[in-house]
Amino acid sequence: MRSSGQDQQKIHSIWYRLHIDLPLLAGLLCLMTLGIFVVYSAGGQELNIVIKHTTRAGFALGVMFAIAQIPPLTYRKWAVPLFVIGLLLLISVLLFGHVGKGAKRWLDIGFTNIQPSEIMKLIVPIMIAWYVSEYNLPAKLNTIIVAFILVLIPTLLIAKQPDLGTSLLIASSGIFVIFLAGASWKLIATCTGLASAFVPVLWFFLMKDYQKQRVLTFLNPEQDPLGSGYQIIQSKIAIGSGGLSGKGWLQGTQSQLEFLPERHTDFIFAVFSEEFGLIGVSALLLVYLFIVMRGLWIAVNAQHAFTKLLAGSLTLTFFIYVFVNIGMVSGILPVVGVPLPLVSYGGTSMVTLMAGFGILMAISTHRRFHV
Amino acid sequence: MTPRKRVAIRNQSAEANLFARRTFIAFLGVVVLIIILFSNIYELEINAYDKYQTRSNSNRIKLLPVAPNRGLIYDRNGVLLAENKPVYSIEVIPEQAKNIDDAILKVSELLSISKEKQQKFFRALKSKRRFKPIELKSRLSDQQVALFSVNQHKFPGFFIEARLKRYYPFAELTTHSLGYVARINPKDAIKLEERGNSDNYAATRNMGKLGLEKYYEDILHGTIGHQEVEINTQGRIIRTLDFTPPIPGKDLTLTLDIELQMIAKRALSGKRGAVVAIDPRDGGILAMYSNPSYDGNLFVHGISSKKYKKILNSKDLPLINRAVQGYPPASTIKPLLALTGLEENIITPDTRIMDPGFYQLPGIKTKRRDWKRSGHGWVNLNKSLEQSCNIYYYDLAYKLGITRISRMMEKFGFGDYTGIDIHEESRAIMPSVEWKRARYNQPWYTGETLSIGIGQSFWTVTPLQLGQAISILVNKGQIKIPHFLKTTTELVTKSAGNDHPEETDNIINNKQPEYSKVTQVIYENKPPIILKQNKNWDLVLDALHNTAQKPSATAYTAFRGSRYDVAGKTGSAQTANIKQNEKYDASKTVESKRDNAMFIAFAPYENPEIIVAVAIENVAKGGGGANAGPVARQIMDQYFGKRVVISQDKSKHPHHTNIYGKK
Repeated sequence: MRSSGQDQQKIHSIWYRLHIDLPLLAGLLCLMTLGIFVVYSAGGQELNIVIKHTTRAGFALGVMFAIAQIPPLTYRKWAVPLFVIGLLLLISVLLFGHVGKGAKRWLDIGFTNIQPSEIMKLIVPIMIAWYVSEYNLPAKLNTIIVAFILVLIPTLLIAKQPDLGTSLLIASSGIFVIFLAGASWKLIATCTGLASAFVPVLWFFLMKDYQKQRVLTFLNPEQDPLGSGYQIIQSKIAIGSGGLSGKGWLQGTQSQLEFLPERHTDFIFAVFSEEFGLIGVSALLLVYLFIVMRGLWIAVNAQHAFTKLLAGSLTLTFFIYVFVNIGMVSGILPVVGVPLPLVSYGGTSMVTLMAGFGILMAISTHRRFHV
Repeated sequence: MTPRKRVAIRNQSAEANLFARRTFIAFLGVVVLIIILFSNIYELEINAYDKYQTRSNSNRIKLLPVAPNRGLIYDRNGVLLAENKPVYSIEVIPEQAKNIDDAILKVSELLSISKEKQQKFFRALKSKRRFKPIELKSRLSDQQVALFSVNQHKFPGFFIEARLKRYYPFAELTTHSLGYVARINPKDAIKLEERGNSDNYAATRNMGKLGLEKYYEDILHGTIGHQEVEINTQGRIIRTLDFTPPIPGKDLTLTLDIELQMIAKRALSGKRGAVVAIDPRDGGILAMYSNPSYDGNLFVHGISSKKYKKILNSKDLPLINRAVQGYPPASTIKPLLALTGLEENIITPDTRIMDPGFYQLPGIKTKRRDWKRSGHGWVNLNKSLEQSCNIYYYDLAYKLGITRISRMMEKFGFGDYTGIDIHEESRAIMPSVEWKRARYNQPWYTGETLSIGIGQSFWTVTPLQLGQAISILVNKGQIKIPHFLKTTTELVTKSAGNDHPEETDNIINNKQPEYSKVTQVIYENKPPIILKQNKNWDLVLDALHNTAQKPSATAYTAFRGSRYDVAGKTGSAQTANIKQNEKYDASKTVESKRDNAMFIAFAPYENPEIIVAVAIENVAKGGGGANAGPVARQIMDQYFGKRVVISQDKSKHPHHTNIYGKK
């Protein structure tokens, strides 16, 4: 018993020195492996799509590993410069960015294209966590107000691209920090009220027509079954026809016969549900829940307010990804462009997410730093 | 943006506690949201599973209708009258074709396909999906098919498609009886919908529009089959899941004899008129031809409006089936009037009437002339038919009155549908007091009764009705409904016997043994006409026999020298009023006002097998005997061929010597 415990300690320490959080890695690998199989099925069983996807997954793992080596306090020092650079990039996207799918999201920086909004997914929680942790917790009202403004600037810049999904995720990453920093419930209630009041403003002044259409479609997809409602109807048919145990891998007719649009990207959950059924969905949700639990565990055990807030925010934002994606694909949320984390085909979001997990692992394994 | 320095000493454990509390609350939120997601998925995949399963299947599974083959039509001797002939067209699947513009040019050059066809193809190319075939040219000639087949390897994506089209090998010879099929138009589609038949016609392009093709549409059409295929979102067929073969329509075998039909056509050539030949033993139509006719095949492919107008506007009215259109029967109905007189005890076989060459109603100056100016002298029943004496029938009709005549004639089917199995039949007109009141709101005049006596005035009969009435006469009151359809033939799957149940599966999986099942069509007969004195039938039949057998009688010449024992009656109907003291001369009368020639005959006299009724419009010279008689003769000659059917000894026939003493 004793010797085996010692061995475990040893193994743990090896991973520890590599700055790898083993349970978290296990959960992530689980999702990524699953993603490869589902992408193969959803992508029309084309091998080069799977190869591309796997390569990106490997690259994302590398990014995670590299970032895990950086002591988390480094971010605290670099929070403000990073945030300023991020905002400048967002502004330049609006000025010089590429147009893709009717939105400006990409910036050409000479050798490659980058998507500044993706980087901001990490920079915003770092910035807000740094700012809030500069003061004693629970955070005071004026701290919170400044934090809100800091969140709002990138959120609006991204919403203007327009990229509703990402701006939503960035806003929530900031708000999670404020929540975890102990914003009073009175304030939370007030903000919720204000946010509800803001909805009409959003609808009439900020949302683009196609975004409004998405919301209308969400409210009643059957109204236009061949037009804007088509995607969500086909998605629900795919999920519903999966039943308890699914039609089997590569056997989903909705996806294999191409009735389902965007099936290997944002709507990959529908393919998964169709082929693996409720049993598969339950397993998938449990894996996500496990990763969230591990992330929160790391947050609670972090040694500094900054790392606690950052870890908590990254974990909860990850969950928001899951919730928004599955919610929209299964028809309880309007369609916003959010992929299913670590499963959907598409490199950018995977790299950002894995970078975020790299930070989490760093927080989990770089314990002895000084305040 | 510039944070102030920390103002208070941090309480690490209090902060950690606060954070842990908040994290726990957040975690609870996560759990709640996961439960929401899960229960929604549970709702979709478990509770609404059936609904979405169905919708998923209806997404991917399409039923492609497969049209059944239309039943064939044969004549009584098995000669094919209506068949399904493959028609070839050249089609292209764009995505399989290489260098399509160039290929179209080359193929068009090879098969001499017009520029318009090519342009039409390129227009279709823009709007259609790339995996769906597009027609380049339809109705290829055999030569074009052969030319393309040899060169097919050069043109991937080009192929010959065969479709079955109805074809009537005898063309205009059978159009009036068979009718034709033509493209289902929106009106037909509505009718099919009303009858709940739309589904069965989902893959069918043509349906019966006329004649037997229309009447037996339901039998000929068959039952639709289905190919169940899996398709993707663009409609491309991925694979066939199931196939339910269509059930072909039943084949029809008719009572019609195509050789008699040919003779009828030849006999009527250059004339407007119709022939009907009926087998009195069962009511089967042996021949029905109306001249002029037209080619029903023209309508199968969709007739051009130019051609259609030409047929429609022809003054000979080829579209009309004259065999079922009304003509004044003239003297051909005299035997039936005689029968009515006998039955009503107005006359006996020996009743004699003096014919001075004209007839006058009591107290009226107007004279009605006999066709023989000098008159026939004393006339009895037999002589009245042999010589077709008008005066005798003026008198008889006058004594019978219109009501008794029309009542009896209605029993023989005049003024009503015979019930033959084509829809084009006319009822023609059997006038009566009530009819005239309803039609003209006028009383019946006695003068009209006289005209009725010689089958004129308002009275019209169709050649078919006339044949049918004679059929009733020779059957002595038995009414056999005239019809074309003799038997239907269908392919029936032989159900495997219970002896070898283990073999059943094999049989079903492989090809099922089929055999032809022939069903005799049984026609219900109408209630017969019963006379008070049965011998009246014989009296009239005998007189008709004499009319064709006695050298001096009107129907004799037409059948002189025939080797079968025939009976018959002539008729000549005026189509224009001839004024008092005016003499009719065909050569001086415009064609459309010349007399119609009528003729009825049956043979053999003892056990009649064939009845022929002939109507010819506006003959140049002579009456029924000279014009319509030879037509009937040719039909009967063909029918009997080399058979000799003569009664043992005509002179021994009971009535010959007794009634007709002055032989």
